[in-house]
Amino acid sequence: MASKAITANRVQDGVTIWVGPDENWVERIADAAVFDDVSAETVLRAVKARGGTGFVVDPYVIEVTTNREGPFPVRYREQIRARGPSVRSDLGLAIDRRPA
Amino acid sequence: MTHLGSESHAGVYRYDDVDRQFVFERVEQFRGQVARRLAGTLSEDEFKPLRLMNGLYHQLHGYMLRIAIPYGVLTSRQMHRLARIARIYDRGYGHFTTRQNLQFNWIKLAEAPDILRELAEVDMHAIQTSGNCVRNVTTDQFAGAAADEVVDPRVYAEIMRQWSTLNPEFSYLPRKFKIAITGSLTDRAAIEVHDVGLRAKRGPDGAVGFEVFVGGGLGRTPFIGKPLRDWLPEADLLAYLDAILRVYNQWGRRDNIYKARIKILVHELGLPALRERVEQEFAQIRGPRYRLDPEIVAAINDHFAAPPFAEAAVSVSGSLDRHPELPAFGHWLETSITAHRQPGYAGVTISLKPIGGIPGDLTADQMDAVADLAARYSFGELRVSHAQNLVLPHVREDALFDLWQALGPIGLATANVGLISDIIACPGLDYCSLANTRSIPLAQQIGARFSGPGEQQNIGDLSIKISGCINACGHHHVGNIGILGVDKHGVETFQITIGGKVGTGAALGAVIGPAVAFDQVATVVENLVAVYLEQRQAGEPFVDTVARIGTRPFSEKVYGIAA
Ligand code: HEM
Ligand code: SF4
Repeated sequence: MASKAITANRVQDGVTIWVGPDENWVERIADAAVFDDVSAETVLRAVKARGGTGFVVDPYVIEVTTNREGPFPVRYREQIRARGPSVRSDLGLAIDRRPA
Repeated sequence: MTHLGSESHAGVYRYDDVDRQFVFERVEQFRGQVARRLAGTLSEDEFKPLRLMNGLYHQLHGYMLRIAIPYGVLTSRQMHRLARIARIYDRGYGHFTTRQNLQFNWIKLAEAPDILRELAEVDMHAIQTSGNCVRNVTTDQFAGAAADEVVDPRVYAEIMRQWSTLNPEFSYLPRKFKIAITGSLTDRAAIEVHDVGLRAKRGPDGAVGFEVFVGGGLGRTPFIGKPLRDWLPEADLLAYLDAILRVYNQWGRRDNIYKARIKILVHELGLPALRERVEQEFAQIRGPRYRLDPEIVAAINDHFAAPPFAEAAVSVSGSLDRHPELPAFGHWLETSITAHRQPGYAGVTISLKPIGGIPGDLTADQMDAVADLAARYSFGELRVSHAQNLVLPHVREDALFDLWQALGPIGLATANVGLISDIIACPGLDYCSLANTRSIPLAQQIGARFSGPGEQQNIGDLSIKISGCINACGHHHVGNIGILGVDKHGVETFQITIGGKVGTGAALGAVIGPAVAFDQVATVVENLVAVYLEQRQAGEPFVDTVARIGTRPFSEKVYGIAA
């Protein structure tokens, strides 16, 4: 059975996030929780229902594999979301690296 | 916003108080909407249309803000403000697009109202950069400067901006609507690939009129615009555009988003039937009550008065010191200069395509620097070209060397405008949520393959255009070499076309064979160029060689080797 994670973007700043082990949102995919197909859909429904209006933008399920650091996306699109643009490695992870 | 027909307060960016107040009120209205979204009282479904009306998209890495640069004209002050926004609210850079807009990719929703306020302070906004309305009217980046200009298109672009901005009748069209206008013999605005394309020209008595094209566009179903009318008198411009939009609004398809653009209506009805409907509608609304008042045109014309050119510049005209001891300057002059209508001046294109760089990206520091250079050398005026480059429209010829020396240290003296590495590339999978494939890295790889000294100059005029999906934001159909990203079972592959071109006599490219892998694209381009160099006749650019010998020799070379 394929491993799944759940991703979205945070409403207030657009930062790419994943559902973590305790169903909190985390900013590094390596910290994301891994689900099977069925539980991923259940959690996604819960995320969508949370707060009625929701506090994330566009949540959905993605496929992941697990490497030494933790889960990592299968599809290239999701890898770019996780790592930032392939052409701007200086921007690093998709977390806030705004110059101070 | 002031509308024509009431009082005429045109002015590029020189808004009047009503305009200014409107834009500020709009910002505060959006601030309220954002607050409700953040508090959770607006759902994403409710909020989405509101943010899109303010240019705020949701893309691969979060929010993206698209800022309108009406007909591609910017002042130094505005460019400084964009630099400030990039630095404070984004990650230190922005991206200029083929639509003469600017995109910021790392916007925080909570800060979006502050950004829009910063823009409003310099008479800028993001209204109508999204949605099924009349979008930013685009034009020739050398408007008001080009030697071959017959009519200044900015005047009519501004008139259309006023007419289309928040025009209630045209806020819910079947789909977006893009208008481009040129006033020169050479079409630098790609009018034949827009929903409506206008060529401003003069009649035998010197009066201004327009040639009208309709139904051009790229995307999933590309079409070259068709000639709708050969001569439209100036006074009828808005009535006639109204007529076109009314016919489109009524008959354009709303059942299928892929068939909703006016090009499909033109295709399905046929040009004569469409023309008949437009002319019928036009006959009903034209006339004394609905005509463009020559006084309004004259008033707007005044806003575009030529800058105070120096008499002294005329005397040095034509005696430009090319500094033969510095061949790099000569190369730069060859590609970067466009003939100006004022003797002693030149239009300068600043390439945003450094070898290995990201087409159209500019850092905050570069924005500030280039704004200063515009203030110093070009009357504080800048332009954005649809090829994702910048233009300083009015530079004294005897200042070109100083300008070139100042551009070098800020990474903006690449001598490749119009050459093979002056590539248009859409953001692709690195930024865009609709993408199949990346496109920027291909531009970087191809640029690097042709970076040897003199190599690009030897190849000459050749445009490469890359889109990461069928929406064709990178105009791949009209690239001399077009590259389209397609997804083959999750693998990035690329369909290659050759022979496309924009400008007068626009044409769509022809596919040369099966799609190729990411790693092969640059080699394919090298092979295409090799065939051209072998086969070309004296003075013949790539696209003409393709037209003369057909695609077959190219396909044979590419697939003979790649297979
Ligand atoms: C990254 C965010 C972007 C998104 C989501 C996006 C989306 C789209 C879509 C959906 C279309 C097709 C619309 C239709 O045919 O009805 C389109 C067309 C177009 N886009 Fe974009 N775009 C993006 C960025 C850009 C950029 C950066 C440029 C300029 C470099 C651009 C230039 C264009 C142009 C010129 C067209 C018209 C092509 C035609 O004639 O049909 N877009 N875009
Ligand atoms: S062409 Fe496709 S991939 Fe490229 S920016 Fe447009 S929508 Fe995105």
